[in-house]
Order: sequence, then structure tokens, then C-alpha cells
Amino acid sequence: MAEVKTVATTGNLVVAEAMRQCKPDVVAAYPITPQTTIVEEYAKFVAQGRVHTEYVTVESEHSAMSACIGASAAGARVMTATASQGLALMWEELHIASGMRLPIVMANANRALSAPINIHCDHGDAMGARDTGWVILFAETAQEAYDNTIICLKVAEDPEVLLPAMTCLDGFITTHSIDRIELFDDETVADFVGEYEPANALLDTDSPVSHGCFAGLGGPFFEFKKAQRLAIDRSKGVVERVGAAFSELSGRPFGLVESDMMDDADLAIVVIGSTAGNARHVAKEMRAQGVKAGVVKVRCFRPFPQAELVAALKDAKAVAVLDRAESFGAEGGPLYLETRSALYDLETRMPVVNYIYGLGGSDVRLELIRQVYSDLSDIVSGSASPSGLVYLGAR
Amino acid sequence: MKWDISSMDSWKTEDFPLGAVIPEAGNSQYYRTGGWRSDRPFRNIETCTDCLICWIDCPDSAIRVADEKIAEDWLDLDHCKGCGVCANECPVEAITMVPEGCELPEVK
Repeated sequence: MAEVKTVATTGNLVVAEAMRQCKPDVVAAYPITPQTTIVEEYAKFVAQGRVHTEYVTVESEHSAMSACIGASAAGARVMTATASQGLALMWEELHIASGMRLPIVMANANRALSAPINIHCDHGDAMGARDTGWVILFAETAQEAYDNTIICLKVAEDPEVLLPAMTCLDGFITTHSIDRIELFDDETVADFVGEYEPANALLDTDSPVSHGCFAGLGGPFFEFKKAQRLAIDRSKGVVERVGAAFSELSGRPFGLVESDMMDDADLAIVVIGSTAGNARHVAKEMRAQGVKAGVVKVRCFRPFPQAELVAALKDAKAVAVLDRAESFGAEGGPLYLETRSALYDLETRMPVVNYIYGLGGSDVRLELIRQVYSDLSDIVSGSASPSGLVYLGAR
Repeated sequence: MKWDISSMDSWKTEDFPLGAVIPEAGNSQYYRTGGWRSDRPFRNIETCTDCLICWIDCPDSAIRVADEKIAEDWLDLDHCKGCGVCANECPVEAITMVPEGCELPEVK
């Protein structure tokens, strides 16, 4: 039976704790706000001899992910962490990690991308990596950041998947705020994630292989990309299965999409990360006033849970999608584009509107969420037409 | 050769190894780079001193040696991609690059 210890600490420290409990062979990382305390804490575990990880201090995130790729190709269990500019600097390696089918797990402390320089939360960094072939989970709370990190490792290393996975948590809001978190004992986590058996380890000298090979013009590059697409599509079932197994251990729910008050909701907000809490709070207020409000949180962004999202939203009369990231020049933010596309096949399509909010840590006050529900209410009553993209709370 | 790629052209997506790994060591000899060649090295056997510098420097191991001398059938045309390193490095200028498809210079 799993032993549980309840602690008061930050999201970053429990991500480091989850990493320690997963016992990676190699961690190669570079510090960057607001991720720094993850790798700082992990370095402390190494210094204290609490883990047997080879901790590689590198000169940049480009090198961090390169070292992770090399170590993973060698056959190691590999984890790392980054944020914002660091994730951006890793961009080419993100594709290489997924193309080489290396199950590296990386925490990303969501932070805005420059310019202007800003260290606070938005999802622009992770959304910029949404097409790199990584499995991407987002946490609402520090507890979810701990849970998602462990789930990510088991998903990534599943023989049906073998893809890298990113476990995201909101910069400062989740990474640095102190929260109440339940931690498993080490043995429970070790048993849950199991031993890693690499598929094509370079250090397996009995079965020599070459990694990083050429597949040029006329070669099978196209087929390798199709194989990657099939793998990330398969990963959806694996995320569900691993999430359900974790849920059984923890007693906490896990869904690709997590709905609240959606059974009879007329007005729905779709949201990612910590803002789901604000939305839920306001939805309860609205319910007290007789407004049928609901919240749909997308916890797994890649693979994108189209069917689950449609099932959650199909009976809503109006939907607002809240994006904490831009997709400049597109019709709206990334979550909006995918949600709206997912709803296209419904026989009766409801109005779907988009709000960009909270960029660079811009405060997400409850009155802003109230404004969203109020707009939806006006759309349903016919007193307002669905509007285009709104910068929620911007002057 | 334990990894049989002879029918690769008819492989389906699922037949290719995970992550473009090559599941066998030392098989690059089966990959022919000769088709890239636009110039081929021509060796003047009267000038050549059999110093073997071309054999050492050839990046594709396309120069053949027999009895510690440059072999009579000296060039592996399946792998020589015409880079010209041999001609550049030859200390006695015994190797010249000649365009493929042209007549070879007369051997004196």
C-alpha cells in the first residue's frame, strides 16, 4: 500500500522530488527562472548522495537537451527541466529527441518569451513547442505537477509510445507558491514507473546500433514521420491508461480533459493550467446566481484530446476558450484553434469565442473570468454577437 | 549481413526500425555513394610512388591496396564520390580529377 506524506511546499520542489523518485540515470540541465529551483534541488539530491544520477552541468539549454539526447540514445533514463528562452534554445533538439524516439522527460516552468523580457507566466514557450512531437501535459496545481511528472515518465517509456514528454507547470503561480501536496513514498513511485529497458541502447555492445542516421531524398524520411504520428496517436490511450492507474493509487482524478459542472452547463470556459482554479471559483459563483456555468480544463495538450473535448462541450450553448499564448496572425490562440476545429463535426455548432489572457504574468483577476461568463451569457441571450479575439483585461 | 534491406523499397512504415536506428554495426559499406560523383580520380601509374597517402586520406575507403601497394584495380567506384581529397593530397601529383563521362587523358 502506498504511503503518503502531506507536505507544504512549492511546485518546483515537488517536481524535483518526483524526478528523484523516478531515479533517472542522467540529468543534464541549465538553470533558468522560474525553473531554477527544480535543478537546484536536484543538484542537492546528487550532492547529498540521495540519487545515483549523473548530473551534467552544461553551458546552455541547447547543450542540455543535446546531452540528454546522447544519454538517452546510450540507453539511460533521462530527465531535465527548463523554461521560456531555455525551451526556445532547445528547439532543434526537441525535434531530434522525438524523431529519434527517445523517452526524455522534461519539466517546463511556463514563462513568457522575450521581447520585452519578462520572467512571469504564460504558455507561449510550451505552445511554441506544440508541433515538436512531444507529449505535453499541463498542471493546474503543484500536486498535478508532481503527478504529471511521474505519469509522463511512464507514458514516455511505454513501448507503444517511446516519445519524449513535457510536464508543464505555471511559472511562479505553481512553481513558487507554497501549496498542500501529497507525496508518495519512494518505493511506490519506483514500482509505478518500473525499470526502464531501452529499445536501442548504444551502450549495449552485444547489439550494436547507429543512431542519428540519414534518410534523405528518396529515402524513408516520410515513413519515419508517419511512424511518429502513429506513436503520438497511440500515446493518447497510454496517457489515459497510465493516468487511470496513477489515479487508482492516489485517489485523485486524472483526465486528458477534466470537466467541472459541465453536465448541464450552458456556458463553458475551456482553459489550461492554474487559471482553471479561478474559472471554477467563478463558475460556482455563477451557479449560485442560477447561471449554468461550467469549466473544461485541458490537462493533456499533446496528443490533443479532440473526442474528449467534444464530449465535454457538445451540449454547451456557448464556449469561451482562454489562451495564455498567442499565435500571432492566426484567427486566435492555439487552444482556441484546436478546440474550434474539434467542434466542427458537431451537427449543431455553438458560438465559440477566444480570449487571450495573462500574457507575461498579467494578473488573472476573478472579475475578468466574470466578464467572460457575462459575454457568453449575452451571446446566448442574443443581446450580443459572438465577437472576435479579445485581449482579456488589456488596456 | 544480418539486416536485410534488399526489399526496403517495398517496406511499409511499420517495417522501418524505431527512430531511424540502423540495427547493425559496420554496414555503411552497403550504402553506395558512387552515384554522387561528377569527377573521378585518374592515377598516373608512372608518377605514383605507392606512398599510400591517398589510401590513408580517402574518406570513403574507396582506394584499394594489395601487397602494400596501390592495387591494380585501385578504385572502388561504388563508394568513390569524387571528392578529390586524393588528388589534393597526392605529394607527387599522380592523381588528377577528370569529369565523368569524358575521355580519360592518354597515359604516357
